[in-house]
Amino acid sequence: MAITINGDAVSVPDDPRVSLLDLLREDLRLTGTKKGCNQGACGACTVLVDGERILSCLALAVQYDGRAITTIEGLGAAGALHPLQQAFIEHDGFQCGYCTPGQICSAVAMVAEARRGVPSHVTGDLDAGAITLTHDELRERMSGNLCRCGAHNGIMAAIAETFAEAAE
Amino acid sequence: MTPFGYSRAQDVADAVRRGGEAGTMYLGGGTNLVDLMRETIERPTMLVDVTGLSRDITETPDGGLRIGAAARNTALAEDRRVRTRYPVLTRAIVAGASAQIRNMATVGGNLLQRTRCGYFYDDDGSRCNKRAPGQGCDAIEGFNRNHAILGASSACVAVHPSDMCVALAALDAVVHLESSAGPRVLRFTDFHRLPGDHPQIETMLQPGELITAIELPPLPFARRSTYRKVRDRSSYAFALVSVAAAIEIENGRVGAVRIALGGVAHKPWRASKAEAALRGQPANAASFAAAAEAELADARPLKDNGFKIALAKRAIVAVLETLA
Ligand SMILES: Cc1cc2nc3c(=O)[nH]c(=O)nc-3n(C[C@H](O)[C@H](O)[C@H](O)COP(=O)(O)OP(=O)(O)OC[C@H]3O[C@@H](n4cnc5c(N)ncnc54)[C@H](O)[C@@H]3O)c2cc1C
Ligand code: FES
Ligand code: FES
Repeated sequence: MAITINGDAVSVPDDPRVSLLDLLREDLRLTGTKKGCNQGACGACTVLVDGERILSCLALAVQYDGRAITTIEGLGAAGALHPLQQAFIEHDGFQCGYCTPGQICSAVAMVAEARRGVPSHVTGDLDAGAITLTHDELRERMSGNLCRCGAHNGIMAAIAETFAEAAE
Repeated sequence: MTPFGYSRAQDVADAVRRGGEAGTMYLGGGTNLVDLMRETIERPTMLVDVTGLSRDITETPDGGLRIGAAARNTALAEDRRVRTRYPVLTRAIVAGASAQIRNMATVGGNLLQRTRCGYFYDDDGSRCNKRAPGQGCDAIEGFNRNHAILGASSACVAVHPSDMCVALAALDAVVHLESSAGPRVLRFTDFHRLPGDHPQIETMLQPGELITAIELPPLPFARRSTYRKVRDRSSYAFALVSVAAAIEIENGRVGAVRIALGGVAHKPWRASKAEAALRGQPANAASFAAAAEAELADARPLKDNGFKIALAKRAIVAVLETLA
């Protein structure tokens, strides 16, 4: 039994109560992923599972046996930042930084969803194919990631610049 | 969380065999159950993971769609057949929760998600007939702005929180179930219950019974359908009131029509009275308003939620006007 985390095989915890979030933070010391609410309401714990964004606080680790998880540590590192990490710095996309890893993981998968044509609450034509990330689309699609510091304008600017080909 | 075991169901027969054991619950995406277990409101001793069972969305012989219960909410919302033939369903799903949660949540789990009533969640401090049957309900005299205006009882005024289910109620969906006694089928509108004296029993599911699929009938006029959700903030919030509707208009008159309401009752509320009032009437604002009045005539406000009656009426009219 193993979960692949940022490319490394990790054994599944014996206790099924362990959430994916606690496995990452407590057992593996991958503390980039944050625990905000621990009940699905803030998005700070967002990670990627086979490229899809999920909330690791509501995920029992044992359910993810055989899957590939990417956390913020797997997206970029000091000295080798992901382009979106660089853009967050340039656009003041954070103040305290607590929501940032979740915002960045979320945005990376969000762009893939838009390219695939997954509609959102603000999408007009449901049959239009790939989605153009207008300001409204970006805000709606990122609404699962709260920022208590109110850095949303910088966050939106960083995402729009990094994924300019998908944005308006 | 209290300790529990975990296993993955290999197939439906395996799931049903394990699911019949006392203390066992099925596990979908976990987005509701894990939270409730953490709050010790749910205390299963065994979880049977059913996310490996059918998630296929397939055409039925009569031109409808059959959706495996393990389909993720996102997969259902983005399916091209759903987007074009049942837009109300796509719109309802993407109006709910967040993208992360919709990626995790299964169709089966969405049906069985439990109420967001604050008194239900407040295990230490409040009385709740769902959590502890017979204890009483603190919502009835308490802060009940989010609670039911239709079909409530003196035992419970909670509402069903799902958006997707409101669309399914409007679309005449059916639920496929499986248990050790064999398969059976229920109309979606018969699946959830009103609270009555036993609000802890929320659906017609028997203990250990598994949801295997949801089926949508052909319903050609549902191409003209939509969902409107009114909430306290514009995203990532549960509904105060929501409306799912599909309408067929012939020569300016209403032909077939389906309307369901969310946020108003213990179950997704099929607005049969509004539908009856509309059939054959001119498709105009006056008919829409009369239909909304007919549906809400039985509404009973609580201390804080009287606004929902006017809101529901206006939302019904607004949605029908968009479609007309
Ligand atoms: C912060 C937050 C906000 C949300 N906002 C919204 C919203 O705005 N609108 C909305 O509609 N929803 C919302 N949700 C709820 C979300 O839609 C549900 O949690 C989700 O649909 C449940 O699906 P699941 O697969 O994760 O179920 P689980 O949590 O895995 O299971 C839920 C229940 O279903 C049972 N179950 C699962 N599968 C089956 C099956 N096949 N047969 C029988 N029983 C089964 C489980 O035993 C359990 O009792 C929100 C959730 C959160 C955490
Ligand atoms: S910590 Fe997971 S959503 Fe808040
Ligand atoms: S930067 Fe502080 S919460 Fe977002």
